Amino acid sequence: MSIHEIMFFLFAGMIILFSILTVTSRRILRAATYLLFVLISTSGIYFMLNYQFLAAVQLTLYAGGIVVIIIFSILLTSHINHRFEKIELKKSIFTIIAVAAGAILSISTILSYNFNTKVLVTENPDMQLIGTSLLSYGKNGYVLPFEVISILLLAAMFGSIVIAKKEKSK
Amino acid sequence: MLSQIPLSYFLIVSTLMFFIGVYGFLTRKNLITILMSVELILNSVNINFVAFNRYLYPEQLQGHFFALFVIAVAAAEAAVAIAIIISVYRKFMNIDVERVDTMKH
Repeated sequence: MSIHEIMFFLFAGMIILFSILTVTSRRILRAATYLLFVLISTSGIYFMLNYQFLAAVQLTLYAGGIVVIIIFSILLTSHINHRFEKIELKKSIFTIIAVAAGAILSISTILSYNFNTKVLVTENPDMQLIGTSLLSYGKNGYVLPFEVISILLLAAMFGSIVIAKKEKSK
Repeated sequence: MLSQIPLSYFLIVSTLMFFIGVYGFLTRKNLITILMSVELILNSVNINFVAFNRYLYPEQLQGHFFALFVIAVAAAEAAVAIAIIISVYRKFMNIDVERVDTMKH
């Protein structure tokens, strides 16, 4: 077993284990912490695939940003020691059956499909290439989604301020 | 080397993560835990994008950039969802989806 395989199975095991803990933990703050571990191991997988910029974005934006606002809202809306009641057994079993059927179908499709994998180029795309293709409008340019995302972020910022602000008392 | 790990391993990991997220989405009743399940689902999609990019089209960067855009959309979605959750909490004093049914006909 090479070091790459060991790292991959470590990250994959962490992702699956902590994903299960995220959706089954009965304390909400612990669920958020497990989600943080899932996001960090995902960024480990990006580092393994040698997309270092994407991995850094995943760490700062997802693990740093989204988890922090989730924890903030947990502290604003729930009691720390509160435990959720157990999920009804019947509901849980039916959901597991449905989800397992979907997972088995997808995995069997993936395993039976013969991917035409090319000779691997494993070099990290340098920052200059990423920056120029984000802002170019020729072939392999992504300026349109970039601008759409910027408008979306602006709209989300205004929207969340308007929604969350206190109504004036009459 | 990376070539020792087949592409399907990455896809299996992301599939499992996706369906665990769907399980959480269907069984949880608290709005914030539902939001966390949605984040799991979005994250699993990102792994798919990046693995396909690296293994099938390594000379182009489409999967890489769309993973970036998905992360940005997820951040915007989380911000708006948490604003809505806080607003709901002010009105109903809890965020349990089964007790927030004023608009239900």
